[in-house]
Amino acid sequence: MTIKQSRPAIAATGLRKSFGDQVVLDGLDLNVQPGTVFSLLGANGAGKTTTVKILSTLISADAGDVQVAGHDLAREPDAVRAAIGVTGQFSAVDNLLTGEENLLLMADLHHLARDEGRRRATRLLEQFDLTEAGGKPASTYSGGMRRRLDLAMTLVGSPRVIFLDEPTTGLDPRSRRNMWQIVRDLVAGGVTIFLTTQYLEEADELADRIAVLDHGRVVAEGTAEELKRRIPGGHVRLRFADPQGLDAAMRVLGQASRDNDALALRVPSDGSLRSLKTLIGRLDDLAIEVDELSVHTPDLDDVFLALTGDSTNEKVTPR
Amino acid sequence: MSTRALTGPAPAGLRFHPLRDSATMLRRNLKRMLRYPSMTVTLVGMPVVFLLLFVYVLGGTLGAGLGGPVPGGGAGGRAAYANYVAPAIILMTVTATVQGTAISIAMDMTEGIITRFRTMHIARVSVLTGHVLGSLIQAVFSLAVVIGVALLVGFRPTAGLGAWLATAGFLVAVTFALIWLSVALGQVSKSVETASNLPMPLVLLPFLGSGFVPTDSMPAGLRWFAEYQPFTPIIETLRGLLTDKPIGNNAWIALAWCAVIALGGYLWSKRLFNRESSH
Repeated sequence: MTIKQSRPAIAATGLRKSFGDQVVLDGLDLNVQPGTVFSLLGANGAGKTTTVKILSTLISADAGDVQVAGHDLAREPDAVRAAIGVTGQFSAVDNLLTGEENLLLMADLHHLARDEGRRRATRLLEQFDLTEAGGKPASTYSGGMRRRLDLAMTLVGSPRVIFLDEPTTGLDPRSRRNMWQIVRDLVAGGVTIFLTTQYLEEADELADRIAVLDHGRVVAEGTAEELKRRIPGGHVRLRFADPQGLDAAMRVLGQASRDNDALALRVPSDGSLRSLKTLIGRLDDLAIEVDELSVHTPDLDDVFLALTGDSTNEKVTPR
Repeated sequence: MSTRALTGPAPAGLRFHPLRDSATMLRRNLKRMLRYPSMTVTLVGMPVVFLLLFVYVLGGTLGAGLGGPVPGGGAGGRAAYANYVAPAIILMTVTATVQGTAISIAMDMTEGIITRFRTMHIARVSVLTGHVLGSLIQAVFSLAVVIGVALLVGFRPTAGLGAWLATAGFLVAVTFALIWLSVALGQVSKSVETASNLPMPLVLLPFLGSGFVPTDSMPAGLRWFAEYQPFTPIIETLRGLLTDKPIGNNAWIALAWCAVIALGGYLWSKRLFNRESSH
């Protein structure tokens, strides 16, 4: 994998942050490869926003080393700022200005030439489906439009690393899907996205790698598939052409649960190649005809609940 | 994406452009003022209302009580009082404007846009200087309106061109100082409501000085305060410039106060702006 060899877009080791005696980040390690979507997944209060604030130079960490876009966060915050774009949870648009004026404001602050600024603003308004609303004050925008404008403003400066802090929280399903498409397009253009979300579906849809954050620590990291495989509860579903096949397989496999109407069997399995081989081997030996075989891994919900523990016995004491 | 692209722009791209950024922020603030004219109208309206109140409702009696040689040499009573009170109303125009500064700063701070500015590679101070310049322009506009109204209701300055220019320069200095103080007050406020209340003492101070009545008509303790608080030398300087009264060392004291307030307000504002949000 060539991607492993390039310098990480974000690298953090031993990141710590406390507010008073409340420990928010407790030794966080992150490694985000350029041109990928990295998702920090966690419940409310897990430390997602604090992480974004630290990585985007808004607040400083108590301890830990961070490199963003190749620059040390503590020593070269200005170089980091020049390379990043941030769209936070709360819209960072000027409500009294129109959508277009907001974009032109960003263009001016990035010292783009007037023509170039206008061109970019027009293109972003088009790209984000805001051309019609471009002349209206942002205060009149709906939640989804405002979020799109917010992200469009972030893109005016062509950042190489973009932080999206819960970009779809509070959006309706359609706006959410639009936002997902925008993120995919950005990554296709080579941008690195650091995305926090509390929606498992969102991480599953978008992220190349997911880190599950719980009480200020990463409790698991990997691709969505890797994470799902770590959790028991996967199974193989076998569908047969006739009840005879079903009966025969049932006799061989023993601990399966059967669904007579669908002529299907549900066999517990971790989904690994080895266990599948064994299963298929046993069916083959008896020449049992299988119409369809599908492997079901647990979804991220299962993973999340298993990794972060039941929310009811969440630690109430800070330490 | 290659490693080279990630290691960042050339150092030249990292230079700050405080003047250019301040101009951008100024344009933003002027646009905001135009979009939200009710605030400007309120800020100009207040000193005008006070002017009319003091000249037409209270002026007859207060003017008669001024006694002695009347500044500006008016016909006594209301006309004399219009001349006496005009500098205080002019100063009140400035304090009303800076109250607006605190409000717009607080509005900015409660909205997410400032957070965005903080994560951008811009000259940070430009966020504040944009407000300062915007308020300065607003103050000049308000002062022109209020002085115009004052002239209409009987203010008869004796100042020549030189004195008017000195007045203009002096007012800019006073406004500049009070704006920086207000920028800090706006940032220290947790809400827009607090921000509109915090500069209230500034609005009241002309009353507790030589703005509306001579200080020697006050009881001893208050009189002591009135004579030493910064607004009294400021008002006396304005009065002297506009109506040919002796200024004495008031101008220097006033300018010293302005320097202290401006520097203090600037340093305080800068510290507040660079502090980290607690969460």
